[in-house]
Amino acid sequence: METETPRPMFDTDEMVLNMGPQHPSTHGVLRLVLKLDGERVVGCDPVIGYLHRGIEKLSEHRDYTQVVLLTDRMDYVAAATNNLGYVETIEKLYSLEVPRRARYIRTILAELQRVASHLLWLGSSAGDLGALTVLLFGLRERELVLDLFEEYCGARLTYNTMRIGGQPVDVPPDWGRKILAFCDEQERKLPDYEDLLTNNRIFLQRTKGIGVISGADAIALGLSGPPLRGSGVARDVRKDEPYAAYDEMDFDIAVGTEGDTYDRYLVRLEEIRQSLRILRQAVDGLPEGPVMGKVPRLIKPPAGETFHAIEAPKGELGFFVASDGKSVSPYRMRVRPASFCNLQALPRLVVGHLVADVVALVGTIDIVLGEVDR
Amino acid sequence: MVETVIVPLIVILTVLFAVLTTVIFMVLLERKVQAWVQVRYGPMRVGYHGLLQTVADVLKLFLKEDITPARADRWLFTIAPLMALVPALIAFAVIPLSRDLTLFGLRFPGQVADVNVGLLYVVSVGTLGIYGIILGGWASNSKYPLLGSLRSSAQIISYEIAVTMTLVTVIVLSGTLSMTGIVHAQLDKGWWFGFMQPVAFFIYFVGGLAETNRLPFDLPEAEQELVAGFHTEYSGMRFAFFFLAEYTNMIVISAVATTLFLGGWLPPFPNVAWLGFLGVVPGWAWFMLKTFGFLYVFLWVRATFPRYRYDQLMRLGWKWLIPLSIANLVVTGLMKVLV
Repeated sequence: METETPRPMFDTDEMVLNMGPQHPSTHGVLRLVLKLDGERVVGCDPVIGYLHRGIEKLSEHRDYTQVVLLTDRMDYVAAATNNLGYVETIEKLYSLEVPRRARYIRTILAELQRVASHLLWLGSSAGDLGALTVLLFGLRERELVLDLFEEYCGARLTYNTMRIGGQPVDVPPDWGRKILAFCDEQERKLPDYEDLLTNNRIFLQRTKGIGVISGADAIALGLSGPPLRGSGVARDVRKDEPYAAYDEMDFDIAVGTEGDTYDRYLVRLEEIRQSLRILRQAVDGLPEGPVMGKVPRLIKPPAGETFHAIEAPKGELGFFVASDGKSVSPYRMRVRPASFCNLQALPRLVVGHLVADVVALVGTIDIVLGEVDR
Repeated sequence: MVETVIVPLIVILTVLFAVLTTVIFMVLLERKVQAWVQVRYGPMRVGYHGLLQTVADVLKLFLKEDITPARADRWLFTIAPLMALVPALIAFAVIPLSRDLTLFGLRFPGQVADVNVGLLYVVSVGTLGIYGIILGGWASNSKYPLLGSLRSSAQIISYEIAVTMTLVTVIVLSGTLSMTGIVHAQLDKGWWFGFMQPVAFFIYFVGGLAETNRLPFDLPEAEQELVAGFHTEYSGMRFAFFFLAEYTNMIVISAVATTLFLGGWLPPFPNVAWLGFLGVVPGWAWFMLKTFGFLYVFLWVRATFPRYRYDQLMRLGWKWLIPLSIANLVVTGLMKVLV
């Protein structure tokens, strides 16, 4: 059936806007092909692959021990949790026992990493909304975490700090006290961010009701981490399938209610607080003992395959490793990255919002392109 | 000859020099203030504590290649930066920087021209600058600049109305359109109009932020959204012209605010006898102090707030500021008639 539509006075056209890969706020080399009606987004198509380095394939040609170094380069602002995910997968495949002290140190490193990653997220996503001061504040505190990492393993960004079967080195003297001092410092600084953002009218207007996603949708899209918890789903691998020393830690899962950008912001802030809580417990309860377990000279797991997931700062980070039992390198490694899966939600989130919200939403799902593309 | 040509020429050059110098230090001050808020140092290398940083930046921009995109409209692309800068500069013609001075037996007026419709002139010239932005974005023939200039024109037009309403309030109070006259009216009343019209002053301040594209209203050049807004395609000296125009506009807004709401070159409470010693400080120094104080608030706001979204900005302008400014005008008019 044909209907007569009145000819509009002006012709309106959809405009295709190519945002990225060189754009100040796509957090790396993400490219978004946006379809715009005026400033309203009617379609969004993320294009990825600009940072693909073939880490999964490369790992088939490296020793099991050498792959740790590759995992650093995935989510490069949270290298320690990548290490943790990988080494635990191999330990599971190989049925290795990790000393309790090493598990505690890993917990400390993972939580420090979570704080650092969330601080960077806080800064950059607030910076996307124009609040540049928060960006600098966030980086300032992150620097303290990097100092702690540097003291432990000598590196500040790509740590390569975990080994299959334990930790390469014991903690430096006085390190625990410094971590506690950092926790106090960070606790003092958190209200600064809250003053600038939490009750700021402009910030509320920019984040409340923006990018709402229901809990059911979030699960259907395979979201994990703060984007999932922001929608009210209390899923945290640390609680559900504890690894490292999380079964001995006492902490709460931060969950939101609305599933909007503001809730995800609150969830991440609360996670920083919970991380500090875990850090204090882990430092106080750090057991004595060796940091390296009994590990064969040549790591050659028996034939088989396994999957193991941990709670990385950005969400669930899973490793699937298959061994043929003959070779010293994985037969196949596949990563289930948090950023990649969370990125799928982006088109859903941005359609119907304005261009200005796109950057806020890219920020709120907290992606790192190194992890998306691998 | 001397009275009609040389003296005005000297005044014009002095004002121009003062404005351009202020711009240079304003850019530095902006970076410094932001750095201090953000627990950084800011520029430190060029000159003592970075004093010459802006000079170095300008030199760099001079040496940059001047690129015109292949698909741009050459003529408009070239003329747009000038159209942004010139109105901003000529607005200073009517702003009284000081009371009239007598030097070497010659009488120097405190402003370039005491036009009897000075305020109207400021408003109209200030609005002209928008053409530079619209044309700059349009002539670039590129998507981000186009979006930036669209946002900019809509924004400036909406906020211009609220700002102009507050200016009308001032006219009601002073009974004159001459800028010098307005300052004298404040001297007669004994109060700066900022105290008598706090609402108008506030609306003027918010509108001023919006008109100069400053945070939280810097949507036309929202770096994180539109790369660099309307001047994305500009480089070298043409970019510098836009940059200069933006800062000059900020100074114009502050200078007008100083004249209208903060008593221009007058010391605080000019009629209070025991504060008479404040008159020792020359008028232009008071003017500078107040203008810089106002500019500092601009910077302070920038370091504190996130950015509004386009539709929210429009809502704020049309639903709050414009009705508020009209209501304020009506109340002021009624008071004038009744009291």
